[in-house]
Amino acid sequence: MRGLVAVLLAIITGVFCSVVTYLPEIGAVNTAPNQHVTPTYIARSVEDTGSPNIVTGVIIDYRGFDTMWETSVMFLAGLTTVLLLTSNNVGRRPEKEDDEEGDVIK
Amino acid sequence: MREPFGGLILSTAFRILVPFTIVYGVYVLCLGEFSPGGGFQAGALLSVGVLLSRMILGDKAKFNISGKTSVVLAGVGTFLYTFTGWLTLFGGGNFLDYNFMPIQMEPAHEMHAMAIFLIEIGVTTCVMMTIINLMDSIIKRGDDDGSVK
Repeated sequence: MRGLVAVLLAIITGVFCSVVTYLPEIGAVNTAPNQHVTPTYIARSVEDTGSPNIVTGVIIDYRGFDTMWETSVMFLAGLTTVLLLTSNNVGRRPEKEDDEEGDVIK
Repeated sequence: MREPFGGLILSTAFRILVPFTIVYGVYVLCLGEFSPGGGFQAGALLSVGVLLSRMILGDKAKFNISGKTSVVLAGVGTFLYTFTGWLTLFGGGNFLDYNFMPIQMEPAHEMHAMAIFLIEIGVTTCVMMTIINLMDSIIKRGDDDGSVK
């Protein structure tokens, strides 16, 4: 079974590696990512958003809803990490009684 | 924090480092609309300014945000973003449609820019306070009352 899985993984990896060479170059003009919405953003971003920075125009204005949830996710992740760190005893500095016990063992 | 690790060199150098970091953070926030930068980067810079002074001076630092304040302010930053979306609802547009802010300004895109700036402030507050929160909770584990009970 493990040998079969290894062979399958090898085949899939080989297929991926051979397909990668057929991908278009980054920044090639006639490819789908550069012909779908990108020219629209570049052409109309300034008059639509009023911001000369296209990146700000995209992340705050065109994709403002995404950025809102991005901020919420970051707030919630930080809050959860704080809760875990403050409520968990694993990895904390032990109290002094443990040090005394250590001396006894020595 | 049990004891801050500021020596002679750090205590002298941070008087130059911290104001420059904070001023640069505000610059990145205010000009994020026109140049590279924006809310996330400005939040990281501002939090570095606050945390540097806290790590060097300890609890005596003047500009010290810690504990419950930073948790509350992180939520307030997230709320400010959403509140801007609601403001555009009150102005008659869609959610986060900045052309319909309820306050009118003479060039129409000025109000648009103001809405973008409000949102950047919200993102900045959230990022800054979240980083301070994380550092705070890690520091508290080493405190005298932070040991295993």
